[in-house]
Amino acid sequence: MFGYYLDLALRSLKRNKVLTALMVLALALGIGATITTLTVLRLLSGDPLPGKSAQLFYPQLDPYPANQPFSRSGKRMPFLMSYIDAMNLIHAHKAERQAAMAMSQVKLTPPSGTGKPFYAQGVLATADFFPMFDAPFRYGSGWSAADDDSRAQVAVIAGDLNDRLFGGANSVGRMVRIEDHDFRIVGVLRAWAPQPRFYAVHLGGHSYGKGDAVFLPLQGARVDGLMPSTMMGYGKSIDVEHLESAPAIWLGLWVQLPDAADVAAYKLFLGNYAKEQVALGRFQKSRTALSGLMAWMRSEHVVPEDVRLQAGLAFGFLLICVVNTVGLLLAKCLRRSREIGVRRALGASRGAIFAQFMVEAGIVGVAGGVLGLVFAELGLWGIRHQPAQYADLARLDLTMFLFTFVVALVASLVAGLLPAWRACAVAPAPQLKDA
Amino acid sequence: MEIRPILSSLRRHRIPAVLIVLEIALACAVLGNAVFMIGQRMASIHWSNGIDEAGISVITVNGTDPALAASGIPRDLAALRGIAGVTAVAAVTSMPLDQNPALTGFTTTPDGKTTVNTSVYFLGSGGEQALGLHLLQGRFFNADEYADSGLKDFQSTGHVLLVTQSDAQRLWPGQGALGKTLYANGKSWTVVGVVSDVLAQDPKFSGPGGRYSSVFYPSRPDSMMGDYVLHSAPQDRDRVVREAVQALGRLEPGAVVEGETYAQMRTDYFADTSSMVWMLVLVCVVMLAVTAFGIVGLTSFWVGQRRRQIGIRRAVGATRSHILQYFQTENLLLSTAGVVLGMVLAFGINLYLMQRYEVARMPWYYLPVSAVALWLLGQLAVLGPALRAAQVPPVVATRSV
Repeated sequence: MFGYYLDLALRSLKRNKVLTALMVLALALGIGATITTLTVLRLLSGDPLPGKSAQLFYPQLDPYPANQPFSRSGKRMPFLMSYIDAMNLIHAHKAERQAAMAMSQVKLTPPSGTGKPFYAQGVLATADFFPMFDAPFRYGSGWSAADDDSRAQVAVIAGDLNDRLFGGANSVGRMVRIEDHDFRIVGVLRAWAPQPRFYAVHLGGHSYGKGDAVFLPLQGARVDGLMPSTMMGYGKSIDVEHLESAPAIWLGLWVQLPDAADVAAYKLFLGNYAKEQVALGRFQKSRTALSGLMAWMRSEHVVPEDVRLQAGLAFGFLLICVVNTVGLLLAKCLRRSREIGVRRALGASRGAIFAQFMVEAGIVGVAGGVLGLVFAELGLWGIRHQPAQYADLARLDLTMFLFTFVVALVASLVAGLLPAWRACAVAPAPQLKDA
Repeated sequence: MEIRPILSSLRRHRIPAVLIVLEIALACAVLGNAVFMIGQRMASIHWSNGIDEAGISVITVNGTDPALAASGIPRDLAALRGIAGVTAVAAVTSMPLDQNPALTGFTTTPDGKTTVNTSVYFLGSGGEQALGLHLLQGRFFNADEYADSGLKDFQSTGHVLLVTQSDAQRLWPGQGALGKTLYANGKSWTVVGVVSDVLAQDPKFSGPGGRYSSVFYPSRPDSMMGDYVLHSAPQDRDRVVREAVQALGRLEPGAVVEGETYAQMRTDYFADTSSMVWMLVLVCVVMLAVTAFGIVGLTSFWVGQRRRQIGIRRAVGATRSHILQYFQTENLLLSTAGVVLGMVLAFGINLYLMQRYEVARMPWYYLPVSAVALWLLGQLAVLGPALRAAQVPPVVATRSV
């Protein structure tokens, strides 16, 4: 029976080529716009560390004086941490792993005669950064907590920087010149660029795109005067010479807590720490916060607002296209009242007529989906040529490819419901009499 | 034109009529909001800036030895001055729209509170000429003030500053700003001049309150001054940038030297904004086209269905223009219903966006604008089918089809 409906539908679609083309085109444009924007939205709001993100948490404290709150409303918690607090929390070892970090633009000087100095994004972090975030090593490994404490001048570099400076060879043990100081390479990463770059939120730099180039031990790099990209003071002014003891927040702290019991225990520990600091007179407020990675991404609006607006706009557009398709399908089917009358008189049931028209709508949907896919690829190509930092990521994956056809079929079948219902409600007798 | 027969005919074709109304309403709602967003973004792309944007090029030097700044900067400036076509040059800490905000909250009393983050600029000697600042009141800095001021921990060690017109009015409404004192972090400075509004380093980050909140300090050469501002005739800019990058590359071999015209800097800053504008424009155009095709399709069907009726009307004396007007009026009625519904919907969408996103309230005049656009679109779309209807010969009435 399905084959017969298919045949009937194709005949009907062929009979009025312009109308069919209009329907398919409108639907395809709507689907193309929706899939393009949804692909971008999905990429940007994705999980940066699948399988690990549920265990990662971001603690916050509030060292700001009561008469000089961090935010004007006083509601927002400071989103970074002071050095003293970050080190106290790290040395307490209350989580399975814990690392403090800051971002820094660093000057890299290639070995003499091999090129000009250039700037790259650097990360100043403590030892647990690599195991906690599952950063994959090609050569060597990260540094140890002992290296942190001894302010070791060591570095981990990204794979593409290793390709650029050392031609991809194992560079462990060699020196790299960063901000006019020599650091000994202890590890080389494989390609690693979590999207979004969750650990850098509020610390500086881009949220999407290429990964960081160099990773240095926080204390060791600070000895050489490397400065964090973002610092905010809550005292009279920031003494940049003594950032470690200054009343300033400039570090992000991440902790790994494997299960709910650990989270509860850490919350308690964090609360007690803040109360202790209030008792010591360092803090005036004992409030704390502990956010999971994905919740933190959402609350800090990492996904650009324009991307959400675009997705909403595309949905509105798809809705218009669907209404348009309903209208055109209806026009087509009402024009065929006589044909329906004949089929009904010859014994076709209402259900059969309904199915016939739904098959026709489905064909329009599949055609719209295929063409929509072309438009989506075109749209994504356009986005890849935009200056946005996430431009390179805008590619259609298998899920979105399949989702395109789901959207197309659902949209066309929804659009087909009303016309098909009207068609099967046609009374056969008056149509035949009229002829 | 008699409306009652149209209404009674529409009542008998309720579903297609409702569909046209719905389509126009949705298009009107989306169009209103999209045009509003386009308007807002276009306005931001054209934010005025009280410097001579067309004559400025910026050379950024990073990674020099901070200890050598005091001697290196004057040497670099001398070399830049030697480039043919350069009329003024100065070292500064940052530029409007360079996306590296250096912000301070200033108050007019020692223990006051502020809700505005002000962008802080330090100018080396000659900075006002190189930038092309427009002095509105008071004076620029003198040689002593440049020589005696520096910066420590991002704060000026001097005693004077320039404020923008917006800040002068915000901080001392109805009074002159000259001679007044600004306070921040326990220090204070005297206002010696008021300049026309200069944009913040990152006005999107600073928000509407901080967009034109900027202060300028004098400073002797300092390692924090990473930008050289070059003033030249607009046609010389590209060559000046090229030669300046070469010259500084020779003088500062260990540094990273990059140069661009200020116009390029502005384009870079608003690149996302303009791509969003293009995307919105594209969606609007395609959406209007789809809506028009929908109207054409449904009306053509309508005309086809009523050939017999049209023939009868023609046979009993209706002229072609009567038939044409009939379909035009019908479309006008449907469009009006759609537009009214659409304006309510547009308002609702705007309210929703205001709650969930940082979208401002849509001014009322966007609604009639999109309404008129859809009226025109409807009339244009109906013209083809209506003309075809008008061509139906009266003889059709006598045929049994």
